[in-house]
Amino acid sequence: MSHELTRTLSELLPQIQGYIYPNEIEVHWGLLIVVYPYITGIVAGAFILASLVKVFNVKEVQPLYRLSLLTALAYLLVAPLPLLSHLGHPERSYEMFLTPQPSSAMAMFGFVYAWYLMAVLLIEIWFVYRTDLIAWAEEESGAMKWIHRTLALFSRDKSESALVFDHKALKTITIIGIPSAFLLHGYVGFIFGSVKANPWWSSVLMPIAFLFSAIVSGVALVILLYMVITPLTGGKINMKCVDKGVDFLFYVVIVDFTLEFVDFIHRIYQSEEEIKILSEMVMSKLFMSLVVIQVLLGMVLPLGIIGVTKIFKRRFTLNEDLRKMLYFISVLLIQFGIFTMRWNVVIGGQMFSKSFRGLTTYKMEIGGIEGLLYALFLLVLPLVILTVLLKVLPPWKEMREEGPDLEDGTPGVLPAPER
Amino acid sequence: MKKILSKMPDALARLLVVFAALAILGAFVVIVLIPKDMKDVKIQWADAIKAEQAKPVLYAGFHACGECHERIYEKKKTGYHRDLSCETCHGPAYAHTQDPDEVKPVIPKERAFCPLCHAYNPSRPRGFPQINPAAHNPLKACASCHNPHDPKPPTTPKECSACHGEIARMKAVSHHVQLECTTCHQAPQQHKISPRSVKPTKPQNREFCGKCHARDAKDRMANNAPRIDLANHGEKYVCWQCHYPHSPEVE
Amino acid sequence: MNGRRKFLRDVRAFLVSISAIGGVLKLLPAKAFAREASRKGKWYGFGVSVDKCIGCARCMEACKTENDVPREPFYFRTWVERYIIRKDGETVVKAIESNAEAAPDTSGDRSILRSFFVPKLCNQCADPPCVQVCPVGATFQTGDGVVLVNVKTCVGCRYCIQACPYGARYLHPETHTADKCTFCYHRISRDLLPACVEVCPTQARIFGDVNSGSSPLTRFRRMNKIHVLKPALNTEPKVYYASLDGEVR
Repeated sequence: MSHELTRTLSELLPQIQGYIYPNEIEVHWGLLIVVYPYITGIVAGAFILASLVKVFNVKEVQPLYRLSLLTALAYLLVAPLPLLSHLGHPERSYEMFLTPQPSSAMAMFGFVYAWYLMAVLLIEIWFVYRTDLIAWAEEESGAMKWIHRTLALFSRDKSESALVFDHKALKTITIIGIPSAFLLHGYVGFIFGSVKANPWWSSVLMPIAFLFSAIVSGVALVILLYMVITPLTGGKINMKCVDKGVDFLFYVVIVDFTLEFVDFIHRIYQSEEEIKILSEMVMSKLFMSLVVIQVLLGMVLPLGIIGVTKIFKRRFTLNEDLRKMLYFISVLLIQFGIFTMRWNVVIGGQMFSKSFRGLTTYKMEIGGIEGLLYALFLLVLPLVILTVLLKVLPPWKEMREEGPDLEDGTPGVLPAPER
Repeated sequence: MKKILSKMPDALARLLVVFAALAILGAFVVIVLIPKDMKDVKIQWADAIKAEQAKPVLYAGFHACGECHERIYEKKKTGYHRDLSCETCHGPAYAHTQDPDEVKPVIPKERAFCPLCHAYNPSRPRGFPQINPAAHNPLKACASCHNPHDPKPPTTPKECSACHGEIARMKAVSHHVQLECTTCHQAPQQHKISPRSVKPTKPQNREFCGKCHARDAKDRMANNAPRIDLANHGEKYVCWQCHYPHSPEVE
Repeated sequence: MNGRRKFLRDVRAFLVSISAIGGVLKLLPAKAFAREASRKGKWYGFGVSVDKCIGCARCMEACKTENDVPREPFYFRTWVERYIIRKDGETVVKAIESNAEAAPDTSGDRSILRSFFVPKLCNQCADPPCVQVCPVGATFQTGDGVVLVNVKTCVGCRYCIQACPYGARYLHPETHTADKCTFCYHRISRDLLPACVEVCPTQARIFGDVNSGSSPLTRFRRMNKIHVLKPALNTEPKVYYASLDGEVR
């Protein structure tokens, strides 16, 4: 292991440009730490989409409600994995709970995470599904019956007053949940934004930019999943819902774009000590991932595509398939854009020397715990968990609720999925 | 307890029971099961400080050397290397202080060592003694001319160099730098008054140079001198008729 | 009636969530007050006389030996930088190597304005950002002002490495924990000098107690104009530089 490391680092030596501190050649936060904010971002974003329905009463996106909650849960369960795996001593991670240092932003991860998982997401999902769980358990037999009964905490109360309480509880939790979701991802931004030693990270805007890009990625992912899962399970995509979702997505992308643009302008206008090395880095090491993928392909292009569908609304209303395809392409591009945004923040922040005199290189591995394959595994794992969740807690009924203006729609017409 | 729970909505009661159970379990694990030193950083820090302090020392420090090597220690105190620690050149010597017979510190004899400090480097502060290792008496060990415990730049006496500056400069960068002028020349007092009429002596025979350069030479200075067989090495001439002693060319 | 109750409930929920955030904020310590040297006991500091450094790298060598630092050129508790500053303002910096390297002959280069060596090491900041960010309290400041790493509890998250503005930390390739200069804590607790100070041939490195009345360090701080690295970051380094060039970062 050590020899391997020595060899890779020796290969990097000739690629250093200018001067870096001798200890800086090793890029300590690699691909795993890119994956980590991407995943937590999706959690926060998906939750915000869910709260659109509950708090802001956006009825059109109701079909996305349960899906987005389950997506948030699936990604939240995976979120600590990249962090754990990149530790030098994962077996000591319990220390974050036993001796957390109040001054450390990172020490708060366990608590923010536990709060969000236990106090917000699980409770909300439980209240959403409680009556359904009872109903399913009554109909079913065998293992599934017991799973659903246990998940319902053996509750059988389907009375009117219980339903009213469920509803009230949901509203309260969502209201607590929104700041919590903000906290979860704003906090991830804070981990980077508070490092005063690193001018690429150190910015008050960092938590906010992280938050909005989180909403972008979460909303885009849920729309993407909806557009993929629904046809696969024999449903029909509710275009009214997708339209509304994409609408919302469009504005959030604009806010996100503006924030990052403000940050960019601010840096250039202030042009402090580090501006030379940062612009050198952006123009050489990060040109592809930052300028081309993140900004042009991940923001400007999808904004343009969605903008076109909005401007020529009438024409696109007629051609639903074309609209679907354009949306599909846009949300896919946005996903890539947000992922490279995480890459540019995390890896970019370590490409330049804190002496502001040189640039180093990050060489991505293929195998190994810091490698590409493991990162891909971590990115796929939430989808696997989501599949299981969809089996245990099927959201189909709600997802298939047809809008009133679809011609042949009566709710509940579509067959329930086989279990 | 049951009464309070039954007053609540059924759902809330169930959740509360689950969370309370989790909280009690967590608290039990943290408070009872986990030993104190895993929870208290103060204890951990004290241990870490102890562990850090217990690490082995390798460099003994210059006071330790003086206890046995008093003569060198006293000599070094007065020279240009007075602030230099013994272990800068001789390496970590704590093991040697513990077992002086078994473990011996290194004596860096190779020519590459002294230039670590004394090679010319434009980034070095001005006035720090520096040489060009390629031109400065190549192949000769530094210690053969300079005593590292009391280094002195070899100098030609003012009385000689005042007039014979060219020779002084030449000799200063030659293999014979360490030889005093008076090793080979006796200059009578009168030479300074009337240099043309009263001349210093020059070595008149081969045996004089042979004191260092003959195969069986015993002179202290002769350790590194090139050796020849006096009997069959150009016997017709006195040495300086072929070799210029102020800048001998022999490698 | 219903509207008011709803409003009150919303307010309550809002307060609950705000207090969750507030709780986190409250935990962040007040950073407004500068850490001063503790008046009682020792408070270790370090002096570097840039004018005296000859770039012989004996300090780097001694440090690696004394502290068993990995020999590979990616792990340094201390290192020496060579600066070459040209008339047009171009500055070339290089960390010198610990074995003898032939100095590039720049004596004929008329474009060079000035050139010098700068020793670097952990600044043992009075207000260390590495200690601030450590999630598990594995890196901490001792009562005498030395920042240490507890190898037994370090989880290897490397946040401290990111937080150090001076690049003074590395991840030890064998223990997988953060590692850094300790001022040779095992030596100074036995009244020995740190290894780099011990072997420095020109007294470019000075070690001592900031609180002591008279000591080489006190004299050094009294007789020189002192500067520290990256003062704007408010880390309050305790490695004091004399004759530090403005180009040094």
